[in-house]
Amino acid sequence: MRKERELLRRVMEISGQNLYSCYQCGKCSAGCPSVDFMDFTPREIIRAILDDHEEVLHSQTPWICAACFTCTIRCPNEIDISRIMEALRQIRLRKMHDGIHPSKIPVDELLELPQIALISCFRKMTG
Amino acid sequence: MIKMEERMVRIYVMGKEYRVPAGLTILKATEYAGYRFIRGCGCRGGFCGACGTLYRKEGDYKLYTALACQTIVEDGMYLVQLPFVPAPKAIYDIEKLKPFGEVVLSFYPEVARCVGCNTCTKTCPQEIEVMEFIQAVKRGDLERASELSFDCIQCGLCAARCPAEIKHYHVAQLVRRLYGKYLAKHSEPLKKRLREIEKSSYEKEVDELMRMSQEDLKRIYYSREIKV
Amino acid sequence: MKEIAYFPGCTHLHTASHFERSALSVFEALGWRLVEKFNWICCGTVHGLSTDNLMQNVSAVRNLARAESAGARRIVTNCAMCYNTLKQANEMVKRDEDALKNLNEFMDDEPDYRGGVEVLHSLQLLREIGLDEIEKRVVKPLEGLRVAPYYGCLLLRPREVAIDNPERPKIMDEVLKAIGAEIVRDARLKYCCGSYHTVDRKEIVLSRIDEIISAVRRRGADLIAVACPLCEFNLDKRQKFLNKGGLPVLYFTQLIALAFGKEEDCLFEKHHVDPRPLLKERGLLR
Repeated sequence: MRKERELLRRVMEISGQNLYSCYQCGKCSAGCPSVDFMDFTPREIIRAILDDHEEVLHSQTPWICAACFTCTIRCPNEIDISRIMEALRQIRLRKMHDGIHPSKIPVDELLELPQIALISCFRKMTG
Repeated sequence: MIKMEERMVRIYVMGKEYRVPAGLTILKATEYAGYRFIRGCGCRGGFCGACGTLYRKEGDYKLYTALACQTIVEDGMYLVQLPFVPAPKAIYDIEKLKPFGEVVLSFYPEVARCVGCNTCTKTCPQEIEVMEFIQAVKRGDLERASELSFDCIQCGLCAARCPAEIKHYHVAQLVRRLYGKYLAKHSEPLKKRLREIEKSSYEKEVDELMRMSQEDLKRIYYSREIKV
Repeated sequence: MKEIAYFPGCTHLHTASHFERSALSVFEALGWRLVEKFNWICCGTVHGLSTDNLMQNVSAVRNLARAESAGARRIVTNCAMCYNTLKQANEMVKRDEDALKNLNEFMDDEPDYRGGVEVLHSLQLLREIGLDEIEKRVVKPLEGLRVAPYYGCLLLRPREVAIDNPERPKIMDEVLKAIGAEIVRDARLKYCCGSYHTVDRKEIVLSRIDEIISAVRRRGADLIAVACPLCEFNLDKRQKFLNKGGLPVLYFTQLIALAFGKEEDCLFEKHHVDPRPLLKERGLLR
């Protein structure tokens, strides 16, 4: 049986952030350099979690976010939005849904990429 | 005949208790308890890596590892043998590779998932600093990785325990092959000797050995000079 | 010679060896030796952001524990990613006693970490050494060279690890001014370069670097200075997909080494966009 606001509870628990303090000003989304590639803006993600819309778990947004922390330093209510994105990734990763499959990266790319690119990518996108 | 110690100890094989003579290796104790090994047992000398074993001890949370043929049973051991860890091996033509860290990552990209937990090092029954050699691969230092992994006998226990799902022992083998082929100093006397053998320069000596009796062969084998 | 414990980071042995060589050369000229005092491992590259998964912080804290037990009170690194990861983990364990206890118990193969190490980025060490000292060592001022200092994310954010004001940083500007360069400013110099999406979503990186490079070029920049091997890879090596005529991207330490007359430590040949024609044209390189 589906529990009400279970997603909100999980996101708050994993991120340690109080989503209720968001008043939807949109500064996070205005400053986000990746927003053009997202299907939901960061503001919309928070709204959807508060509204108990579990579809956000299948949004591309958390996988596009590269944790640049621009939203984090600009939020007037000191919500660390990077941690909310991490929580959404973690919920998927912990159920074996990876955001990238290392064995499918073309070999010529693997030969060129610097170590830190692979390490950080796998840390964020594989569970 | 070797006198068996009379004291008996309790071991648990996959949860079932057995009493076995103290002083036996895990392998012999398990056989004493009635198990018969068709696989999961090889050289019985600590070299082949077939008898990797996991165990815990009563009153101790730690998960220990051993080669069953090299470790003496202790009272209260909870044992299971883990003779194989599934891990496909990369196929490559060593002649076509270059000795760089990226090359290793191109076959085993999961190396980049290492979190530095050090579980592999704590797991290794050969006391290899497994995590350090994985780290060396990450930074492209194949010489260090090759040296650190030299004693690996490919039991695979590290690969069973790794939270990043790395296949350390296959990685190490590729690294040592690259190092051996492209980076290690090559021995000139060895090359010279190989050329001589190819030209059948020692046929006379080999024929002589073939004609010798086993006793004479043993005598000259044990009295041979070894230069270090 | 003064000494400080040094954390090179994995890229410094290979893809970013020109960053390391130029940095060590600059610090030596300033009377500082960066010494590898402990057996370091990969920093982890990104800080774990979940409250309940400490595993993501193990490698960073393991390094701090090893540094502390080797007697290092401060460690310095050139790589912005290493800096950020080590510093965030350090701040986390200082703030969260339970997490530190848990990590120490988990790492039962290391001496306990007590929080006694300070993590520095090499720009902070340069600021400590002083702009006057840097100016004094300059033999070839980079006069007329218009440099856009790219800070990216990891030196400035999150706030608790920022090496300068995260919205108005000037630490790299000042260092570059001290060696005679002219500074080009643009808000996009604090943007994310696309980071690890260079692995899985290259289009994000390409759109980002196109925007950054076009912006600083409009403002007349001759080149971009960076402090992170991943920024360098994205801004320099990934330019090959832009087909727009290259803008050189150099580590700030290469520029200082050049101004100090140590061009042999710059390894300019390691870049995709070759900076040598530009530097020769400006009379900064033979």
